[in-house]
Amino acid sequence: MSEKRDDTLETIFLNAMIRALSILILLQWCGEVLAKGMRLPLPGSLVGMLLLLAWLMTRGRLSQGMQQTSQALLQNLMLLFIPFITGIIAQAKQVSAQWLPFLAACVLGAVVSLIATAWTLRWMLSSRKRSPDDVS
Amino acid sequence: MSADLYAWVVWAKQWLMDTHEMASLFWIAVTLLAYSMGTAIYRRSQAHPLLLPVLTGTAAVMLLLVLTDTSYDDYFAAVHPLVFMVGPATVALAVPLFSQIRHLKAIWWPVTVALLTGSVVAILSALLIAWSFGGTTQTLLSLAPKSSTMPIATSLSAHFGGLVSLAAAAVAITGIAGTMLSGPVLKWALGPLDDVVHGFTLGLTAHAIGTARALQISETAGAFAAMAMSLNGLVTALLMPLAVMWITAVA
Repeated sequence: MSEKRDDTLETIFLNAMIRALSILILLQWCGEVLAKGMRLPLPGSLVGMLLLLAWLMTRGRLSQGMQQTSQALLQNLMLLFIPFITGIIAQAKQVSAQWLPFLAACVLGAVVSLIATAWTLRWMLSSRKRSPDDVS
Repeated sequence: MSADLYAWVVWAKQWLMDTHEMASLFWIAVTLLAYSMGTAIYRRSQAHPLLLPVLTGTAAVMLLLVLTDTSYDDYFAAVHPLVFMVGPATVALAVPLFSQIRHLKAIWWPVTVALLTGSVVAILSALLIAWSFGGTTQTLLSLAPKSSTMPIATSLSAHFGGLVSLAAAAVAITGIAGTMLSGPVLKWALGPLDDVVHGFTLGLTAHAIGTARALQISETAGAFAAMAMSLNGLVTALLMPLAVMWITAVA
């Protein structure tokens, strides 16, 4: 795959998106194979994410097609949640029996982790000496 | 539901959803429409937290499932093509991570410490709270990955023996609660925050829902939220075996 051919393909929007989608799917497949082969305690899609990150870092740039495809997917992540969350109705018994520990853990847990995360990051950022290349 | 109406529903379903393909087409269309209508309502309401498209969309789908007397298993099988996209979307999380890599390199140490603290606190607080309120092993297993993003949380809980739909519900409730409460709670506890800290916190605690909120605050907040969401998914996956060990030890 030469770099020149790469660029001409990327000028065609749709083609670039399909190419990016095929890369995402292929990397997930590679991730599944790796996770199974190496018996990693991680889902294959997550291994695929690491593979994509490694690939982007060695390549050093992001193609427009990949940028647009991932943006489209991630902006509508909530659509993909709907089939899973709807499953609550199948689990109504389980949820109603355990609603208190369940809800308390979600809501109170969220409050605790919000404060812990924000406090730690702010403290770490302010206690650190600012350098000129600091972008924050 | 009266017997007449029920017979009518059964008859209509036979005609409208005769084959698996027809059912697939129908339920995918329903899910897409529910989501896009939810999004339209959310925009019109000027981002009211109780009208998040994920809430209204899910409610609409649930209502239709009940009205048509369709089982969740049938629905889930029908929308499989949508569910399939969760995997590639997870892989795509590497993109916001890569886009912020320069930012990340400049402040990698504070980010690493905050990330580890946030991930550990998110998992541990959920487990301790649920455990002290009498949660079962399965509830604990489903709750542990709740701050990570949906595709990661669901595959983690499936991997370690939790209930996928319970995990999905935990992720959704955490995302909604975290997003709704982030403004008042952080203001009360810490005072005004800069966009980097606010965005990072939203993404870590409330994953995609928090990231959607952070994108409304500013581009920087959104980018740091997306980054925190990706990183937290990763760290949660790595911490999950430890959490499972703890759960099996106490429960």
